Amino acid sequence: MSLDLGVFCKNTLDGEVVDHCFSALFGLAQNSDPSYLDWLMKAWGWTLAVAALSLMIAFILGAVMGTLRTLPATSFLNRWLIHISTAWVELFRNIPILVQVFLWYHVIPSFVLPLKSLPSYWLVSIALGFFTSARIAEQVRAGIQSLPSGQTAAATALGLTTLQSYRYIILPMALRIVMPPLTSESMNLIKNSSVAFAVSVPELTLFAMQAQEETSKGVEIYLAVTLLYALSAFAVNRVMTLIEKRNRIPGFIVSNDASLAH
Amino acid sequence: MKNKKLSLNCLIATTLFLGATPVFAASATMDKMKSTGAITMGVRESSIPMSYTTGDSRFDGYHVEVCRMILADLKDKLGLSTLRINYQPVTSQNRVPLVQNGTVDIECGTTTNNTARAKDVGFANTLYVEEVRIAVKANSGITSIAQLAGKKVATTTGTTSVQLLRKHEKANGVNFDEVFGKDHADSFLLLESGRADAFVMDGSILAGNIANSKNPKDYKIVGEVLATEPIAIMVPKNDPEFKAAVNAAIAKIVANGNMPKLWNKWFLAPIPPKSIVVDLELSPATKNAWANLNDKPAEDYNKK
Repeated sequence: MSLDLGVFCKNTLDGEVVDHCFSALFGLAQNSDPSYLDWLMKAWGWTLAVAALSLMIAFILGAVMGTLRTLPATSFLNRWLIHISTAWVELFRNIPILVQVFLWYHVIPSFVLPLKSLPSYWLVSIALGFFTSARIAEQVRAGIQSLPSGQTAAATALGLTTLQSYRYIILPMALRIVMPPLTSESMNLIKNSSVAFAVSVPELTLFAMQAQEETSKGVEIYLAVTLLYALSAFAVNRVMTLIEKRNRIPGFIVSNDASLAH
Repeated sequence: MKNKKLSLNCLIATTLFLGATPVFAASATMDKMKSTGAITMGVRESSIPMSYTTGDSRFDGYHVEVCRMILADLKDKLGLSTLRINYQPVTSQNRVPLVQNGTVDIECGTTTNNTARAKDVGFANTLYVEEVRIAVKANSGITSIAQLAGKKVATTTGTTSVQLLRKHEKANGVNFDEVFGKDHADSFLLLESGRADAFVMDGSILAGNIANSKNPKDYKIVGEVLATEPIAIMVPKNDPEFKAAVNAAIAKIVANGNMPKLWNKWFLAPIPPKSIVVDLELSPATKNAWANLNDKPAEDYNKK
């Protein structure tokens, strides 16, 4: 099986070879038709845009919901917040992501009319973000609950309020602990963003299906798309690992550190 | 070891048989039919009315019925008393490989005959010419593609219609806002829910989706024919004798005047299982294909 990578230098209108592979994107050749490589890059951009937007939504909501689930049930308000965050997690993690995407695209806008004017990549990002936020919330909760109870007790003894002990003691520790699963969740999000093709966001999966039909070069197209997905997920992995390293407290949460072995 | 011997015996038997009847010389598919008394037909699950399931692993449709007629003719030619037809559902992604590797002997779905595919498989003479059309809501007032400038146009990911629209945009300087459905049902939903003003796709698919919708009267197929594509029965590439026999059977079916009857049955009358009416008039292009049987690829149809 020999690969014919020349397919990426063909234009998307009639399959003729173009002068510059990156014809339309960087304006190398004015007014020329876009090549499959241009289209691939554009599709990659959409994948990254959807993933980045959903990642932001997921991190913020996930951290909030996960924290709320661990509140002490000492007041009426706290009990309500616990119920709401529990409902949030159970609702969004138990429905398949593709179904959620369709719900946000077809069903919810017919009840909430302002959503109709929202572009489809926003709706997909909301769906992906909410779905992932439920998973991140559980990780944050696990991180908080894994802290020794003495930490909360000490914070209370110092006279800190609940808000203050979360802000200064619990969350800074818990978020450091859950960095590895958060990394894996962020990488998952890149891959999950492929569902966006189902509601006509022109991202990598849509490109792959369309371009392979037009060119009959399935192997080359899917290879390129696979590489870009892998590359994107790996880049996220590197960034997250860097953040993890930068924020590490010496002598704490270092799995292979001898000092941890009591 | 045993198997090898067996196949060797088969080979000798086949050679002897070929010596006796030179008419069907060297057709692997026909030999298989003769020796096993069975053939595998590739069918689609939901390409109404060309090839689809009517439930309970039964398949029917315009192309499926034509194929059954062809196989009945081949059965008589081979002098078989019975020929068992095994139905093998195929998809757009696996149909060509399955014919190539011999899993499917004859594919009776909705496959466009084009030069790229003709490198891998053979195509029988065309009996159905597909026309790419525009479906809109009946009250939209849209009657031609020129009126779609600035409007949202739905089409299905992974189809040739997407490229067709792109070419049209470039050639005529009109800009559509394209929206893509995951499959035809999704694309139709885009039109139904108002997320798209038009759905551009093969005429039979549009007619089938409209017939299947809640209120078929709310939709119309309008405007010019955007492209024509020959849809043909697919056969193995390396078996020209089989293709010749299939084409001979097709010529006989056409000569007997069966094609208009088949058209009425599948495209104009209620069809099982839900008794919907596709309601797609016979196009001049299809009529012409019956009158001048040929296996020209799509590229020959769209030359300007």
